[in-house]
Amino acid sequence: MSTTTFRLRRSTTVRRGTTRAGRGTAWARRLGIAAIVAYCLAPFYWMVVSSLRRTGDQFSNAPLPAPVSFDNYSAAFDARNGFGRALVNSLVVAGVTTAVTLVVAIFAGYALARLQFRGKTLILTLIIAASMFPPIILVVPLLELFTDAGWINTYQAMIVPSMSFALPLAVWNLTAFFRQMPAELEKAAQVDGCTPAQAFRKVVLPLAAPGVFTTAILVFICAWNEFLIAVSVVNDRQMMTANVIVSLFTGQYKYDQPFGTQMAAGVVVTLPLVVAVLFFQRRIVDGLTAGGLK
Amino acid sequence: MSVTTPTPVRKTTSSRPARSSRRAGTAGLAAALLSPTLLVLLLVIGYPVVAALRLSFQVSSESIDPDTGFKVTATSYGADNYASVFSDDRLLRPWWNTTSFALASVTLEVLIGVAMALVMHRAFRGRALVRAAVLVPWAIPTAISGMLWKWIFNSQGVANEILGAQVLWSSDGFQAWLSVVIADTWKTAPFIGLLVLAGLQIIPGELYEAARVDGASAWRVFWRITLPLVRPALVVAVLFRLLDVLRMFDLPYVLVGPRKHSVETLSMIAFDEMTNLRFGTAAAYATVLFLYVAVVALAFVKLFGADLIGRGTRSET
Repeated sequence: MSTTTFRLRRSTTVRRGTTRAGRGTAWARRLGIAAIVAYCLAPFYWMVVSSLRRTGDQFSNAPLPAPVSFDNYSAAFDARNGFGRALVNSLVVAGVTTAVTLVVAIFAGYALARLQFRGKTLILTLIIAASMFPPIILVVPLLELFTDAGWINTYQAMIVPSMSFALPLAVWNLTAFFRQMPAELEKAAQVDGCTPAQAFRKVVLPLAAPGVFTTAILVFICAWNEFLIAVSVVNDRQMMTANVIVSLFTGQYKYDQPFGTQMAAGVVVTLPLVVAVLFFQRRIVDGLTAGGLK
Repeated sequence: MSVTTPTPVRKTTSSRPARSSRRAGTAGLAAALLSPTLLVLLLVIGYPVVAALRLSFQVSSESIDPDTGFKVTATSYGADNYASVFSDDRLLRPWWNTTSFALASVTLEVLIGVAMALVMHRAFRGRALVRAAVLVPWAIPTAISGMLWKWIFNSQGVANEILGAQVLWSSDGFQAWLSVVIADTWKTAPFIGLLVLAGLQIIPGELYEAARVDGASAWRVFWRITLPLVRPALVVAVLFRLLDVLRMFDLPYVLVGPRKHSVETLSMIAFDEMTNLRFGTAAAYATVLFLYVAVVALAFVKLFGADLIGRGTRSET
């Protein structure tokens, strides 16, 4: 009797102790979360704030722009900068890279996830090794080749090399994704009279749409961020991608870098990605973690 | 014993011919499905790597033909490009920059990333918002973030204002090196945090429960349970980051600029040679970097046993 009461009392004190500690860690956690969000967003916030200052306030370090001005945005889109055209170029290069990569990678991903064949480990190793090449070793001979082939200042000169990092990423992700899908579905479709190709097209592909979409976002973001290839194979402002042209802005100042304009252009280049991240954060995280580990 | 043994034997003998014929069929299908990918990789990676190797050994010399008086360019093969790369400390500085960036950035990123993952672990409100926030640095193009940090590290920028100092960050020297490390850490520490978080979330809760019952301290739980179990995820994340920093180009190129001694990486110096149309030495620098990256990757995998294709070869363990 006495032992049970003692035990009861002890358990209550322990519980109270943990809740107090729990409350303490909850606050610490909330503080930690706030610190993480601040760490991640503060520089981006600074880009937005700087882009909204008047040209005269450029060197102001006030936390809020006062008054808010869109001068920098109109300056960024000034005809001399060719920024609008550069955005279109970026869109074309990243879009085509994503589309072509996906078509090629879907087949490979499906084969690697579903089929048993010899040399699979070797192919997976090759694909992962392919994503580790320093792009500069690819760019040097490609630039020479493209110069001879008359491909300098063309879209294909940016799209084809971009596939060197886009394709391994896409194959890797899609393999992980196809592997998560139950294989019984295709077998059932084949029992119902579908050929393997029909089963793939009518059953697997529609069901794989979310995974394909996730991969498409990841590949697009990577292709949109590409810089080294674009800066190497293009020297005509008309064909430059947004990332390259923003780094070359001269704006109205001759000797100083037009940081306000560059920040405005940076916001324009980044905003679609930030919006995509907001909307699809769950899918993006799934895709990022599915590729390397789970 | 005698009852159970015949069954598997019979099973394997009956299924063996069927499986091998099916395998022959799938091998053909696999080849058909994989050939576009392998073809593209051969074209965009295989060819350039071989061509770069060839280029790096190519030596062209210009001379005047004594008979015609015209200038002729003779191409021969030799190690001249490597000789010039390895002479006069031309390699040492960019190599050290590349290496020191990798060491400093990855160490900082792992420390900050693991801390972030530990905080983000456990369910909490606003999870989606935090996840989106964490993805923002990753999503901003490196070239754009280079510009952003250049602005932050401007002599009249907000970094100096906060520090109350007048540091000329983007000129050259140690502070320029540091600014690259800071910018790189900002961009990718959250990424490591995400990968480690994914690793944390598959650790069964019972382990922590058991540790709590045994009265283990939080520190001990971290060292004995969390760290060993999250190790595979962390090792892969670190490997990817390491290889990424070793080939770094955009960030120092935009943030500090080309031909700055304290931040020029092997990629940048190869790019510089290339834009000056010295393709041979450019290819030699690129090859040296390529070999260095390969050696680091191999050593890392050997040392820490990164299981990169583990999920591809065997079922989930």
